[in-house]
Amino acid sequence: MALLKKSVCLWIALAACLIALPCAYAQPQEPDEFATLVDELATGSLSKRGKTVDAIAATGHERAQAVLHALLQGSLQTTRSTPKQVVIETTNDVYVLAANGESVAAKALGRTKRIPIHNKLRSQIKTLMAQMNLSAVDAGVRQRAVEQMISDGVDSDSIELLQTLQSKESNTDVRDAMTAAIALAQLESSSAETRLTAVKILRGSLYPEVRGPLEAIAKHDSERSIRVEAQRSLDSIDGKLKMFRLGENIFFGLSLGSVLLLSAIGLAITFGVMGVINMAHGELMMIGAYTTWVIQQAFPNHIEYSLFMAIPAAFVVSGLVGIAIERGVIQFLYGRPLETLLATFGISLILQQAARSIFSPLNRAVSLPEWMSGSLQINPAFSITFNRLYILLFGLMVFFALLAVLKKTSLGLKVRAVSQNRPMARAVGVRASWVDAMTFGLGSGVAGIAGVALSQLTNVGPNLGQAYIIDSFMVVVFGGVGNLWGTLVSAMSLGVINKFMEPFAGAVLAKVLILVLLILFIQKKPKGLFPQKGRAAAD
Amino acid sequence: MNPFKHARNWSTKALPVKDPNFGHPLDTSHGPILYVEDVSVSFDGFKALNNLNLYIDEGELRCIIGPNGAGKTTMMDVITGKTKPDSGSIYFGQQINLRELSEHQIARGGIGRKFQKPTVFEALSVYENLELATAGNKKFWFTLTRELTGEQRDRLDEVLYTIGLTQSRFNSAGNLSHGQKQWLEIGMLLMQSPRVLLVDEPVAGMTGEETERTAELLTSLAGKHSVIVVEHDMAFVRSIARKVTVLHQGSVLAEGSMDQVQSDPKVIEVYLGE
Amino acid sequence: MLTQRLLTSDKGGMLVLGLIALTCIVVPILNLAVPESSPFHVSTFAVTLLGKFLCYALLALALDLIWGYAGILSLGHGAFFALGGYAMGMYLMRQIGDRGKYGDPLLPDFMVFLNWQDLPWYWHGFDMFWFAALMIILVPGILAWVFGWLAFRSRVTGVYFAIITQALTYALMLAFFRNEMGFGGNNGLTDFKDILDFSITADSTRIGLFLASGIALMLAYLACRYIVTSRAGKVIVSIRDAESRTRFSGYQVESYKLWLFVFSAVLAGIAGALYVPQVGIINPGEFSPLNSIELVVWVATGGRGTLYGAIVGAFSVNYGKTVFTTFYPEAWLFPLGLLFVLVTLVLPKGLVGLIGRFKKNKSATNKEEQP
Repeated sequence: MALLKKSVCLWIALAACLIALPCAYAQPQEPDEFATLVDELATGSLSKRGKTVDAIAATGHERAQAVLHALLQGSLQTTRSTPKQVVIETTNDVYVLAANGESVAAKALGRTKRIPIHNKLRSQIKTLMAQMNLSAVDAGVRQRAVEQMISDGVDSDSIELLQTLQSKESNTDVRDAMTAAIALAQLESSSAETRLTAVKILRGSLYPEVRGPLEAIAKHDSERSIRVEAQRSLDSIDGKLKMFRLGENIFFGLSLGSVLLLSAIGLAITFGVMGVINMAHGELMMIGAYTTWVIQQAFPNHIEYSLFMAIPAAFVVSGLVGIAIERGVIQFLYGRPLETLLATFGISLILQQAARSIFSPLNRAVSLPEWMSGSLQINPAFSITFNRLYILLFGLMVFFALLAVLKKTSLGLKVRAVSQNRPMARAVGVRASWVDAMTFGLGSGVAGIAGVALSQLTNVGPNLGQAYIIDSFMVVVFGGVGNLWGTLVSAMSLGVINKFMEPFAGAVLAKVLILVLLILFIQKKPKGLFPQKGRAAAD
Repeated sequence: MNPFKHARNWSTKALPVKDPNFGHPLDTSHGPILYVEDVSVSFDGFKALNNLNLYIDEGELRCIIGPNGAGKTTMMDVITGKTKPDSGSIYFGQQINLRELSEHQIARGGIGRKFQKPTVFEALSVYENLELATAGNKKFWFTLTRELTGEQRDRLDEVLYTIGLTQSRFNSAGNLSHGQKQWLEIGMLLMQSPRVLLVDEPVAGMTGEETERTAELLTSLAGKHSVIVVEHDMAFVRSIARKVTVLHQGSVLAEGSMDQVQSDPKVIEVYLGE
Repeated sequence: MLTQRLLTSDKGGMLVLGLIALTCIVVPILNLAVPESSPFHVSTFAVTLLGKFLCYALLALALDLIWGYAGILSLGHGAFFALGGYAMGMYLMRQIGDRGKYGDPLLPDFMVFLNWQDLPWYWHGFDMFWFAALMIILVPGILAWVFGWLAFRSRVTGVYFAIITQALTYALMLAFFRNEMGFGGNNGLTDFKDILDFSITADSTRIGLFLASGIALMLAYLACRYIVTSRAGKVIVSIRDAESRTRFSGYQVESYKLWLFVFSAVLAGIAGALYVPQVGIINPGEFSPLNSIELVVWVATGGRGTLYGAIVGAFSVNYGKTVFTTFYPEAWLFPLGLLFVLVTLVLPKGLVGLIGRFKKNKSATNKEEQP
């Protein structure tokens, strides 16, 4: 959790830096001095501008960063009228005063003109900004500044700066990044010894910028020993990258697996435990997803909490629809699986068309709450998006909750009793029809929850369910009907296999191949990975 | 203990038999027609059959009894190829290895089976039921293009008479009474001209008169065929049995005449005595 | 003797066959010989529509043979239909020759568009009709054989079989959507010019195709009838009702299922091949699982287990669909879905069963009145 919290901070800091919000690392000095300096940018000559920029940075004013950033971007502008006003164009035709950030009407300014800079000045500003960020209070900002330097290229001037800062740096992550940055710059050193150390330091470094220079050294360096070391460093980088790419694939596979798990687990109950083929299962997921959308429309100001409302709501809505389906149609068809399949298929068509008529055939975008967006950056080569991570965790939670319901509650006991021997269960006083309705409602409700999760990954539309129904059945069949653990293993392994096949087979072909493999798998093990054994299962 | 153990001529290697019905004649020169040796089957750790040894002589009528879960039905499944044993061997005659054959091959080869619940083809007439069971070429293309031969039809009429259903030959099998269905199923077995008949609870749910007729039918079949009857009804077993095998926990507990078996203390303990 | 076997005790079938034969005679006359101004004139549009229905009926017959008689529900029969259609489509594509938009004498337009240099190997031979005709039979047949062999051998039955057949057609749909497959991707095969050197849009060709569909349907009906009245047909029904009993009677159940499945797939392929020149296009949408499942509802509505029931079902549901979609083009899924539910709940034997029940009631009351 600590790691998670830290990364959230990091993300916020990052966002702050991107939109050039003021840095709060120093107390503001005389405002007048700052304003004068800003004015000088407009009035002074191009040659003097370098000094002015230095001076602005030296003030440590809270808006210094913003002004310099604007100057670098070319959005720092000056009016043609006198007295000249220096403004920042934040977006098209929206201006704020450079000195204090107050907004001004575009009309009042008249025509404006960009304050020009040249290349030397540009790199000077960059360095200055980097320095300011490098000594920021927030470690995340510092880290980001170092990474920015690495990707921009570290010049020899910065080496010293970095070295001084590094000795004072308290945060190990930032220190490591600085070490990498220094070493990267030192690769170009004329001293063979320095290069050698740098090459060694960069062993296993995951910054994408490191590869190019290292490769150059490995090929062209005058010293043979350095070439060898550089190659070793490269190999180690490749090894690590491979590992992280593997990690990423596994993560994406598990994430896909969790989606499959969520969509299949409700089915595993209705199909596995009750023996009912519910082709409308996908549409129950669709209902859950639409429930999320409706809730977000109803409470547009509480998007952050919408999911917490949507989960129970979707469970109830889909569950009720499921119970209605069971009472209305399925209860008359027990023991006739093919008829059940057809009837529920009919229901799925009706539900799809209903969604089309009510919500329009177009896809609806469900918004992502802020805490679901963004990603957890583990290192430069490996990041995990929060929505996928949470859905993975959520899928597992739902799984274990369901397992607990079936194993520990009296409903679960009754469900298992009815599924194993209907007449006997009835004889000992279990109301089989009530249990059927509840089980079906439970499976349908879980489908609704799966729909909520899905709405965070894809658009919500009438065809949402269709896309998952075959996959879900495959998961259940692959895992072994009537075995929830089998469903878990099969969902996860199918997800991972799918992701590993994608790079060289393409998404569509991967899917086709998986289907073919599954069909072949059923040849070997017709009852799935974890079959129910015994005489009862054979009949 | 077991007189037939090793009786089979081991030097003759099991021949790879494709279709025993059209292969070499069945070799029963050593007496038994069916050898079940050291067969074990387990489901999920539960040992349904545990080193079962059973030898059926040609033409004999054998009754198999035993409490629920003793492995009677599993034994039939194993012989007819429905369940593959974990270990052990099953030979039909001396040379045909039943473990290598599938259900339909075993059936064509001459082992017929009657289920516990009467299973006839309810959508078809009595005549058609027997027609389907008739021994002969049962390949798709053959049955698609050929009708029964005159000889086969004569045999069919004979069997119809034997099972007493000549009158209802064109009735739908689904409309027969319970007992008639049982007989029809036995008739279907007869049409297969089997060497061995496996009959699972033939008199369950029958009236006294029906039971009597069934007993007559089965005893008349013995001699020409080997008949294995699994039954719960002790009176019925007593009325037909010459030799009885008692199964318990997947293996043979006792074997002998009804009187011998009934006086066996082991049997009394686990089965009759309770 | 054979005709007696095929047609006696099949009054419904004889009636349906007679109606088809009558249509095949009357419709061409009303289309070609009766002037357009006459109220009895049948437009070419209507002929094509009827021709389409005949192809659907043939497809429904194919499904009924395995579902109604052997109890094997295939939710992927549309795949065989589409494969037959694609084989025919490839022939029609090759017939275009250099009349395409890009004027390439060998490559169909979409290949030129994709910048392909050579004809893929599997497109060779399709310029000859006999080869295409062979493929129309072989491709669905072989696929069904391989798939069926794998499935039946491992005793995949019932809903499992239904679902993996659905997965099969779904996988094929995904595959055919890809441009790299070389079947025109999303757009499929279209812009056909002529078939066997007759212009595909000419009225007489339309009539020819209509007749071919009608004759194919009648022949297929008789062939199916031959199968179900043979001893093999009885074995197949036995498999449906008591599979293990059939097995223990010495029948190799798998081989019966397999041959029936292959035959049914071939019929579906022929239906698809006749369908494509009449509608003028074949695209991956034909593989959509929804198509296959719609087919199931035709059979269910007509009455499965009676061959003519499938034909009745295909005609009535599709006629209903045509009428309905003229008024509410978007909402067809509502009545279709409802039909599924109603047929399974209240009409397990379909329309044919309903008529049968009605007749039985009538004869029962008649009998009561007599004495």
